[in-house]
Amino acid sequence: MTDMPDLPFRPFSPGSQPALDNPQYGSTAKRHPNHALVRLPMGQTVTEMSAPRFSPTRYPAVVDMTHGKNALGERIIVQGRVLDEEGRPQPGVMIEVWQANAAGRYDHARDQHDAPLDPNFHGTGLVFTDADGRYSFTTIKPGAYPWRNHHNAWRPNHIHYSLFGAGFAQRMITQMYFPGDPLLALDPIFQCTPDEATRNRLIAAFDLDVTQPEWALGYTFDFVLRGRGQTPFEENHP
Amino acid sequence: MTAATASQTIGPYWHLLEDKSWANLTRFGAEGERIALIGTITDGDGLPVGDACVELWQPSPAASPTWDGFGRAATDVGGNYCFVTLKPGPVGGAPGANTPQAPHVALTLFARGLLIHLQTRAYFDGDPLNESDPLLASLDPPRRATLVARPVGEQNGIPTWRMDIRLQGVDETVFLEI
Repeated sequence: MTDMPDLPFRPFSPGSQPALDNPQYGSTAKRHPNHALVRLPMGQTVTEMSAPRFSPTRYPAVVDMTHGKNALGERIIVQGRVLDEEGRPQPGVMIEVWQANAAGRYDHARDQHDAPLDPNFHGTGLVFTDADGRYSFTTIKPGAYPWRNHHNAWRPNHIHYSLFGAGFAQRMITQMYFPGDPLLALDPIFQCTPDEATRNRLIAAFDLDVTQPEWALGYTFDFVLRGRGQTPFEENHP
Repeated sequence: MTAATASQTIGPYWHLLEDKSWANLTRFGAEGERIALIGTITDGDGLPVGDACVELWQPSPAASPTWDGFGRAATDVGGNYCFVTLKPGPVGGAPGANTPQAPHVALTLFARGLLIHLQTRAYFDGDPLNESDPLLASLDPPRRATLVARPVGEQNGIPTWRMDIRLQGVDETVFLEI
């Protein structure tokens, strides 16, 4: 199927994205607009349907977040694909990655959690998808850490991602979680996605085929960017 | 069909990604009418949003080897952001539409407390095309004014425009559903 750059991106499927006002996540209280978002009366334009294209020569990839050093923690490989809503691979997507270290501490001045920094781990990566929409990088499994949203609040283990697709309407920032984490049920940020199936797609899958013997555990995680086309989600428009 | 991946907040530690040079869109040597776009982001209590990531994307001028039209800036503790960029020209409207859009840049906000990004635009006060711009024309004057940057003289010899952003409350900025 050929790409259709003149078609606008479809609206988000209802329930697939979090509301801006979330009483369980205190920081939303003073930061969510009270007015409804305004739809562009003319529809999406070149401003929304096109996007900057990032060259790996100008934005060099960092596929090993440990930089070959002995970062502390459980070494992992994360791989997957970036697809659109029709399952078509999305090549040339720039993915920025950042995370806490294995002790649950970010190498960031504002993170004052009483856990050690690791001089061998800063916690950033940058990858581009290939022609089949595939990406892969190596890192260590990030630790859980406390935050002050409510009493005894802890963030589940997670990795942050920022994706740039072919249209700025596809711009996405999200977080990836790990299977079996008991903190997921208690985390207002993970729980903020209303649709259960979409929410659970934020959890990576352990993958023995990605796991490398005597080296690193493997996880698979696919991203889905908005697709182009006018067709609404039929199940949501009875 | 599989719905798009759910958005999650950028959180307070995104600065691990920050490269301060990205706030200058002319850093690769692009030539044209350089301007600074500055502003202060405040929350529903009028307090500065000091941990925001602001992204600027403009499809005009067209991309070239010295210009990709994209920048990113962090707000400082006072909620202030500052970009250096090229003044955009008018661009076409929606496919098939005849009405051009007035010169503008797209601004995207990510921050702790924003579970999904907020999107808005900065237009330029006094541009004759503002009157017929489809988005501006659709808004009543007080709301329209929140999308229009004002000239505030020069900063380091560069003509400077100010676009403050209010996330909530009186004079709340118009945010777009894209």
